Amino acid sequence: MPLHRVLALLGGAAALAACSTGGTGGEVKSAASSAPASKVEVPYPSSYRPYPGAPTALVGATVYDGAGGRIERGTVLLRDGKVVAVGDASLSTEGYTRIDATGKFVTPGVIDIHSHLGDYPTPSVDAHSDGNEATSPATPEVWAEHSVWPQDPGFTRALANGGVTSLQILPGSANLFGGRTVTLKNVPARTVQGMKFPGAPHGLKMACGENPKRVYGGKGRMPSTRMGNFAVNRQTWIDAKDYDGKKRNLAKETLKGVLDGDILVHNHCYRADEMALVLDMAREFGYKVTAFHHAVESYKIGDLLRESDVCSAIWADWYGFKMESYDGIPENGALLYQAGACVVIHSDDENGIQRLNQEAAKAQAAGKRAGIMIPDAEVIRWITLNPAKAMGIGEQTGSLAPGKMADVVLWNGNPLSVYARPEKVWIDGALLFDATDPKRRPVSDFELGQPGEGDVK
Amino acid sequence: MSRFALLAAAALVAFAAPAVAQDFVMVNATVATGDGSAPIADGVVVVDAGKVVYAGPRAGAGSLPATAVYDLGGKWITPGVFMAVTDLGLADVEGVADSNDTRSTRSRFSAALDASVAVNYASQHVAVSRAGGVTRATIVTSPGGAIFAGQGALIDTGADKDAVVATRMFQMVTLGEAGARIAGGSRVAAYAELANALREAGEFAAGRWRGEGNLLTRADAEALGQVVTGAQPLYVQVERAADIRAVLGLRQQYPKLRLVLVGVSEGWIVAREIAAAGVPVIADPLENLPASFEQLGATHSNVGRMAAAGVKVALGGLSGGITGPRTAPQFAGNLVALSRVPGATGLTWGQAFASISSVPAEISGFGGRYGVLKAGAVADLVVWDGDPLEVSSAPVQVFIDGIEQPLDNHQTRLRERYRDLDESALPKAYDW
Repeated sequence: MPLHRVLALLGGAAALAACSTGGTGGEVKSAASSAPASKVEVPYPSSYRPYPGAPTALVGATVYDGAGGRIERGTVLLRDGKVVAVGDASLSTEGYTRIDATGKFVTPGVIDIHSHLGDYPTPSVDAHSDGNEATSPATPEVWAEHSVWPQDPGFTRALANGGVTSLQILPGSANLFGGRTVTLKNVPARTVQGMKFPGAPHGLKMACGENPKRVYGGKGRMPSTRMGNFAVNRQTWIDAKDYDGKKRNLAKETLKGVLDGDILVHNHCYRADEMALVLDMAREFGYKVTAFHHAVESYKIGDLLRESDVCSAIWADWYGFKMESYDGIPENGALLYQAGACVVIHSDDENGIQRLNQEAAKAQAAGKRAGIMIPDAEVIRWITLNPAKAMGIGEQTGSLAPGKMADVVLWNGNPLSVYARPEKVWIDGALLFDATDPKRRPVSDFELGQPGEGDVK
Repeated sequence: MSRFALLAAAALVAFAAPAVAQDFVMVNATVATGDGSAPIADGVVVVDAGKVVYAGPRAGAGSLPATAVYDLGGKWITPGVFMAVTDLGLADVEGVADSNDTRSTRSRFSAALDASVAVNYASQHVAVSRAGGVTRATIVTSPGGAIFAGQGALIDTGADKDAVVATRMFQMVTLGEAGARIAGGSRVAAYAELANALREAGEFAAGRWRGEGNLLTRADAEALGQVVTGAQPLYVQVERAADIRAVLGLRQQYPKLRLVLVGVSEGWIVAREIAAAGVPVIADPLENLPASFEQLGATHSNVGRMAAAGVKVALGGLSGGITGPRTAPQFAGNLVALSRVPGATGLTWGQAFASISSVPAEISGFGGRYGVLKAGAVADLVVWDGDPLEVSSAPVQVFIDGIEQPLDNHQTRLRERYRDLDESALPKAYDW
């Protein structure tokens, strides 16, 4: 019998997490009660357990709470893995270890909604290329977590330089239906289960456009065109509607999960016109697209995206590297913000994940030059609460609110400046990175005994 | 009316770009000369006939010439960014093969390939780089069927038809893992290829070309002859510490080689040897992952540690629309950030800006001419709305050869079209 076989209810997981909060359990109830209720039995469950932490008071910093709030000379209290309180200098810190953060900045842990750490790990050798099951255009049956190598050194860089505390690992975009995503806490573990974010819903990675038609057209099979992409997509949904679950089918279990609202759709899609078609396809089959990823042309349909309540997970300024990225502009995020649509800054890159704060700042600045003024605290939301919500973990993390996970970054300067780096990072209240303590940084198995082991990187 | 026409910088922006160099003085500016020194508050830059006459503190400027004076109100002026080893102008869309001249996989030639002939001065990447403050870049193709990638050129990003500034400036060869794969499967094979090519090229240069019996084509031998005699620098792409040492050792056999190392992820491990050899480095600044087995020691501190050991290091290798040349200031800014991280080695602000201006210009053979603001230098200069290395800053004016440049491009036109989504009168297609 699997020791850790549990019935992982989404709401139940939040309640489970609340068990470790001691005196703050009451404050977590509201989070649990608004989580989607579902009774999907999830195998390969999370075995992640928070590490011990000391009651800590961060005092004197500029605090961006991730939900659009900003407090000057703020106080943030962490205890038993949770945020206890966020306030000004009048908050009592009795019983807490005080850290003087004067002149520094505090944010929630950074969250990357689009990463391939673990399924395209470094070293980037063929033997590690585990992100695309490029043998069929529709592989909703594969799960990214079965490819993730927890020893990928990239996780450690994302923590130390990027302040990343949670991240979603997706299959690649070769396939129309790439498979299930997995959300991780950025805490090193011997197994991927040890990194899985407790109770996080699965996502389904889908892909529009050039990649699927190129990969399969190149093999002389369908799809070789964008209309072929849609035909395969629609037939797959039609077939999924008939699934009654009597004889298990892994692919259809994933699709049914989407149709039932338990699995969130993360759709790689660059062009505005294709996004609009996908939204109609979702309407046709009765599912919701949670986020369009890469979405370089979202600015052309900000109104539609706002009305459809779909996030755009975007780079700040990548453009022109492939045909469908030709119309990428640095004002994409700002124009979406102006239209009232949801903005998430993502990386899709083992280097970019180390600088999501800088990328957000670039997107903000491009807006400012175009006359669109976006407060700093709102921009921080693009790399914290917005991705958390789009990953279905917004009730547990992504902002500094009482009862939420104590996923916190102390920056040595304004995180919207190129000159700032994380000084300390807590995940569930445990100090897992400290720039001032050479031993308080993770080193993957792979790097032991190799050049640069334990280097600042 | 005073002979000094005092204009606001904002007014200058509105002017149409003149076709000829302007004479002007900029005052009340924060001047970073690009030579590695710290920025100068209340600085002055004097430009005459497309050349810098003076750049420095107001106090040292003497009496200003009778010409247009622009009060920058504290804005920054720097030399234009000089980016080394890019593919600017060689591809419109990297993923669209027909538009991409960055690699010739099936060419019969290698060292003879001359990147300058393919430059598209009207490329959007050139325009976007210009708007990002990049005024000069060296370009070279990637290796295709042979370890020699061909000969690099220098371009400017000006909005005119004359992009190519200098041709056949250097030869590029790829060793390490990539070179090994191309050469037939091992580093051993790559060194055999290199040794044979240099031998045949040496014979060509000495007038002892034996034609048909050789592996190199005549054109390739002729090109490499320039390398063997030291007339043309040899840029060597190499990452691993052991490979770097092997490359430095080549000069024992080929004493005239003018080496420049490119990539150099593990350079910090052998920094003193690189410095002792006097070989400059063009490094990808933010590699810090063991992306391959020749980059196990990669760290953000690589550039800083090499510089501290006395190596002349420029940033380079930024290409395409992802981390293109326009992101060079951000990358340099990250190296400044490192100077505040315990245990890390970064650069001072002055060093960091020099690593994307004067240092790459010097390594490219144009020291004192480009990438620096000092008397006699070409007036490539950029006015920024803030600290140029800060991610929130951007150029507000760009001058190349003293000529103010337009900063609009495909991206800015899209931005203007989609500022609002109002189609009540006509489709967006009529909004231009």
